[in-house]
Amino acid sequence: MIRLVGILIGLGFTLVVLVSFGVGAYTAATEPAEKPAYYPFVLEAEGPEGGFSFEGPMGRWDQAQLQRGYQVYKEVCAACHSLNYVAFRNLQDIGFSEAQVRAEAATWQVPGINPDTGESVMRPALPTDNFPSPYANAIAAAAANNNAIPPDLSLMTKARHDGTNYVYSLLSGYADPNTYTNADGLVFSETAPDYMPATGLNFNPYFPNINLAMAPPLVVDGQVTYTAEGSPEPTVQQMSADVAAFLTWTAEPKLIERQKTGWWVIAFTLFATILAWLAKKQVWADLKRKKD
Amino acid sequence: MSFPWAKEYQPANGFTKFLDEKLPLPRLVYNAVGAGYPVPRNLSYFWNFGVLAGFCLMLQIVTGVVLAMHYTANADGAFSSVEHIMRDVNWGWLMRYAHANGASFFFMVIYIHIFRGFFYASYKPPREMIWLLGVTIFLLMMATAFMGYVLPWGQMSFWGAKVITGLFGAIPLVGEPLQIWLLGGYAPDAAALNRFFSLHYLLPFVIAGCVILHIWALHIPGSSNPTGVEVKQESDTVPFHPYYTAKDGFGLGVFLLIYFTFVFFLPNVLGHPDNYIPANPLSTPAHIVPEWYFYPFYAILRAFTFDFILPAKLWGVLAMFAAILVWFFLPWLDKGPVRSGHYRPLFRKFFWFGLIPCMAGLFYLGGAPAEEPYVMLSQVFTAYYFLHFLVILPIISSIERPDPLPYSITEAVLGSDDKAVLGDSAKPVTA
Repeated sequence: MIRLVGILIGLGFTLVVLVSFGVGAYTAATEPAEKPAYYPFVLEAEGPEGGFSFEGPMGRWDQAQLQRGYQVYKEVCAACHSLNYVAFRNLQDIGFSEAQVRAEAATWQVPGINPDTGESVMRPALPTDNFPSPYANAIAAAAANNNAIPPDLSLMTKARHDGTNYVYSLLSGYADPNTYTNADGLVFSETAPDYMPATGLNFNPYFPNINLAMAPPLVVDGQVTYTAEGSPEPTVQQMSADVAAFLTWTAEPKLIERQKTGWWVIAFTLFATILAWLAKKQVWADLKRKKD
Repeated sequence: MSFPWAKEYQPANGFTKFLDEKLPLPRLVYNAVGAGYPVPRNLSYFWNFGVLAGFCLMLQIVTGVVLAMHYTANADGAFSSVEHIMRDVNWGWLMRYAHANGASFFFMVIYIHIFRGFFYASYKPPREMIWLLGVTIFLLMMATAFMGYVLPWGQMSFWGAKVITGLFGAIPLVGEPLQIWLLGGYAPDAAALNRFFSLHYLLPFVIAGCVILHIWALHIPGSSNPTGVEVKQESDTVPFHPYYTAKDGFGLGVFLLIYFTFVFFLPNVLGHPDNYIPANPLSTPAHIVPEWYFYPFYAILRAFTFDFILPAKLWGVLAMFAAILVWFFLPWLDKGPVRSGHYRPLFRKFFWFGLIPCMAGLFYLGGAPAEEPYVMLSQVFTAYYFLHFLVILPIISSIERPDPLPYSITEAVLGSDDKAVLGDSAKPVTA
């Protein structure tokens, strides 16, 4: 009886889903879904030449690069983007001394309260403060940016697929839509004229729908001056790579610590597993002998 | 509740004698996972996954309790409290990654455990109750995991909660009030987050209770085995300890090696990047997907796209729940006398060339975007899924001619059994 009811229910669901299939197949055959015309121009993120020092299971931070990236964030990105989850004290992890962190924090203004009058004031930041937001609130951020709120950057490289390379590609990938030609030789302005950036939008093949609100932030080589000895030339690519590295650190500050710990954990577990294997073999060998 | 040749617990000294009289806990453990539990000697490594699942449950409870010490169940503070755990709590990143990946590995282990049950028909008499409790545990795990994924209050948390609770809205008449009652509002918000946290903390202990029942029920008939032939004599079994403690120890080591590789080197590959964006009710993600372990059922849910008498959404919800509930009825759908797939040629073909590709397909399609050809493929696989469990399995079990079974486990392992009567092995052993 259960089996008969089961067979009927099973056939019922099968019938209904096959009706959906039939309708779907008919629709797909009569009205083939077309990809938007900009599709052939969307690019997968790619990293800079030589990749990043922290990539792979044996990676290490390049502290000089992280510090350069911090400088790019401070001088360029911070005008619009917050870094809410990072505190100035964290900068010690990328090679700043305690005194340097205190001095660095003091160059930023954060909202505070006048201890005598209770009025809201701006005061120099302390190492314990988090990075301040460039806007008082989301409404102010939207009003200043044509309604597109600049996202917080603390977790950006984890909040996008292949995030580090995405940030690098996006920042260094702006192009002129009038002349942009993809690998197949298609010219964007001819193939996808409907997707030419409207006012306030900018063409970038690494952005999922090609047009994004953020104006190119890094436009000329040397926009940021690297002062440390042995610094590379601040080309747009270099600055993009440096800030992508810095944002990888802000998103996952424990990355290298985690992987270093991981090697010890794996080594210990491997050792314990080999012992367990030998123990198992010995225990079972005894059983097999007895039954001969 | 065991075989007559099971070793009896002997308290060794005054203290254990005292304990054995007042509270025989050591005796309980001895009989459950010690030398007092005779287990078929021929279990393969597929029988390690019960112990591994128990380990995963404990791991989730321990890491979860620590995380709860630092987590804030509040729509304004949840996301940043998780970042606080990741950045400022000592070893907080390890606790969180161990817990998040622990959930994924718990499901991997449980899926292998369930599919082992499918292939060896472990659900057949006399083990129906073990199976029913197991499916109940799986349902509780799904509820727990779903609510746990909501807690970080990222974009996928919020939108996942919205989609899943929205399913209840598909129920006729009571749907909408039910959905509002479940959420404590019209959309997931502070009220929903708080109750999800409360339930997410409660349900693992309910699961632990069901696990105790599951193991209790297991110890009545004893473990099944790859031949599906029941234990007949002492030479068919070995004591759980040291034989299977040693084997499970090695299995646990291999499991941990893979698990730690994910925790320490690939902690985010099983998650979705969108969950690192704080929940925003005004911005819908391009593709809302649950965690990977819900993909097969999500694919079934989305396969129903046409309002055939009932609304498509209601069909999807019914089918999704039916897809799991059908597992409860397996002991009565598959009535053949032979258990193990090794001796069921037709059953085996449908398992390897039907069910396994079907589940693999549904796993893939549940995570794919809701566009063609993915929808059409998931419709085909959904149709097969229901046909397999509700039509093919009952029919196979009545028409199939199973291969001859070994007389006993001893014969299956050693090639001969003194007690075997000539010709006896040709007959399938009925349960």
